[in-house]
Amino acid sequence: MAREMWKGNEAIAEAAVRAGLEAYFGYPITPQNEVLEYLSRRMPELGRAFVQAESEPAVINMVYGAACTGARVMTSSSSPGISLMSEGLSYIAGTEVPMVLVNVMRGGPGLGNIAPSQGDYNQACKGGGHGDYHPIVLAPASIQEAVDLMPVAFELAHKYLNICTILIDGSIGQMMEPVQLPEMQPVVRKEYDWAVSGAKGRSRHVLSSIYLDVPTEEKTNLRLLGRWREAQENEIRYKEYFLEDAEIVVIGFGTAGRIALSAVRAARAQGIKVGLFRPHQREPLPVQAGGGTVQAGPILPGGGDEYRADAQGCAGGGQKPDPGALLRAAGGRDALPG
Amino acid sequence: MVATLVNPKNLVYSRPIGFTDTPTHYCPGCTHGTAHRLVAEVLEEMNIMDRTIGVAPVGCAVFAYNYIAVDFVEAAHGRAPAMATGIKRVLPDRIVFAYQGDGDLASIGMAETVHAAARGENITIIFINNAIYGMTGGQMAPTTLPGMKTTSSPNGRDVETQGYPIRVSEMLATLDGAGYIVRRSLHDPKNIRLAKKAIRTAFEAQVHGLGFSMVELLSTCNTGWGVTPVESLKWLEEHMIPAFPLGDYKIAPSVAALKF
Repeated sequence: MAREMWKGNEAIAEAAVRAGLEAYFGYPITPQNEVLEYLSRRMPELGRAFVQAESEPAVINMVYGAACTGARVMTSSSSPGISLMSEGLSYIAGTEVPMVLVNVMRGGPGLGNIAPSQGDYNQACKGGGHGDYHPIVLAPASIQEAVDLMPVAFELAHKYLNICTILIDGSIGQMMEPVQLPEMQPVVRKEYDWAVSGAKGRSRHVLSSIYLDVPTEEKTNLRLLGRWREAQENEIRYKEYFLEDAEIVVIGFGTAGRIALSAVRAARAQGIKVGLFRPHQREPLPVQAGGGTVQAGPILPGGGDEYRADAQGCAGGGQKPDPGALLRAAGGRDALPG
Repeated sequence: MVATLVNPKNLVYSRPIGFTDTPTHYCPGCTHGTAHRLVAEVLEEMNIMDRTIGVAPVGCAVFAYNYIAVDFVEAAHGRAPAMATGIKRVLPDRIVFAYQGDGDLASIGMAETVHAAARGENITIIFINNAIYGMTGGQMAPTTLPGMKTTSSPNGRDVETQGYPIRVSEMLATLDGAGYIVRRSLHDPKNIRLAKKAIRTAFEAQVHGLGFSMVELLSTCNTGWGVTPVESLKWLEEHMIPAFPLGDYKIAPSVAALKF
């Protein structure tokens, strides 16, 4: 299939369709509107479900309902919208049903702005909603990576009965790049032994996140943790650049990782022994992978202190980063220093 | 076991198949049990239990899934119509209903309720209006009557500072997407029979794809109201019905033409 010029948000939407997306629910918010708009045409054309809901809380609970049927279901939003969805995301995690969330981050806190940002790193990677759960988070740095990760996202969500987030920022959502879209997969509706569909010829299924009995809640938490550890074992995705002889290692994901690669190449051209470690997957963290190869992590493009702490984990206990050396890109500001 | 001891010819009343044998957690005298039973009877009589999915609310009926014997999901507070929408859009040939109280439906979930009706979402909502938050201990609800004492309006609902009750059926009836919106009461046998007929009509409307259907059921909360079960039925009749008149607020011609 030929490479074509696609806008990030639209390419992600089409890739989701080709990955077998059965239902999309959304609400307008910049900079992810093109996902909603594209699917408002594309989903009905294919006889699949599309609803523009009245609010993000309604969106995520429509997703929750559809997820309980075992369908491949997705929504997309941006930072304030994700905050509004957080309660529902927690219910989805607690009920152990699969969904894909596309989070096109923008500047914040509050209403913030509509410029690209990685400021929601902590919210996106550590759960966001209440309770003990972590979503699986994939962090593409290009439109090609994003579309390649869409089928993976649905597979991971179903495999681990969890939320799988595609975490990008407004720049990937809004830019255009040549991209080769994945092949169209047929929609295959499976009968899952946990899903609701009407109790025909089987005992009835009840899906809930209530565990009033404390030991049962604990067991549920441990079950979620067990699946999480399984994902940590099996689902690590990252890319390394120039690490063989690197004396300085830059760690960055998404757009920041991509910008960092340009900086690393420029530095290499000047003879500086610098490398880049770029996780494709922010959660579970590629700790083991990083631990084996990364020597130190003094320069960290992207968000705040929590990201630095996680990056240190990636670096496998290398030298303590100097906060003064952090290259910050919060609040929608360009990650490149002025 | 009862069936083995009673001559089937003499059996005029038993637990519907649509009801599990789990004892309910409801307070003695509460009308939730009656409403549950009516839903179970209707689903059984229509022979649609094996293609029905219920959505339980947050509130006293949070455990509705323990009693009505169909596939069930448990929604977040107020979000049952959204969750029902998600299920129905993916499985349009299934019957999807939400069962919600007044705090759930008319306060925190009002937007979801109004927009599900406005979209003409082909789902059914059973709306229990007992003018109080039961599960959390009797606080003021969006349907609490003016002057009514609750734990959060201890001197009686003061409309100057706490506003007026919301009449949901009247409001939803203004929406073009609503196919069947009626209010019934559970305070005596005659009205319970009328309520059952309305629930049947609502589900028939959904089976025939005729849009959003809601049956509002005036109900009691003798515990929250601080009266005996018998007094609560009388209180409902004397105080709630004047404030929330029983009647048919929206019956689309296609629903009116249904034969069953």
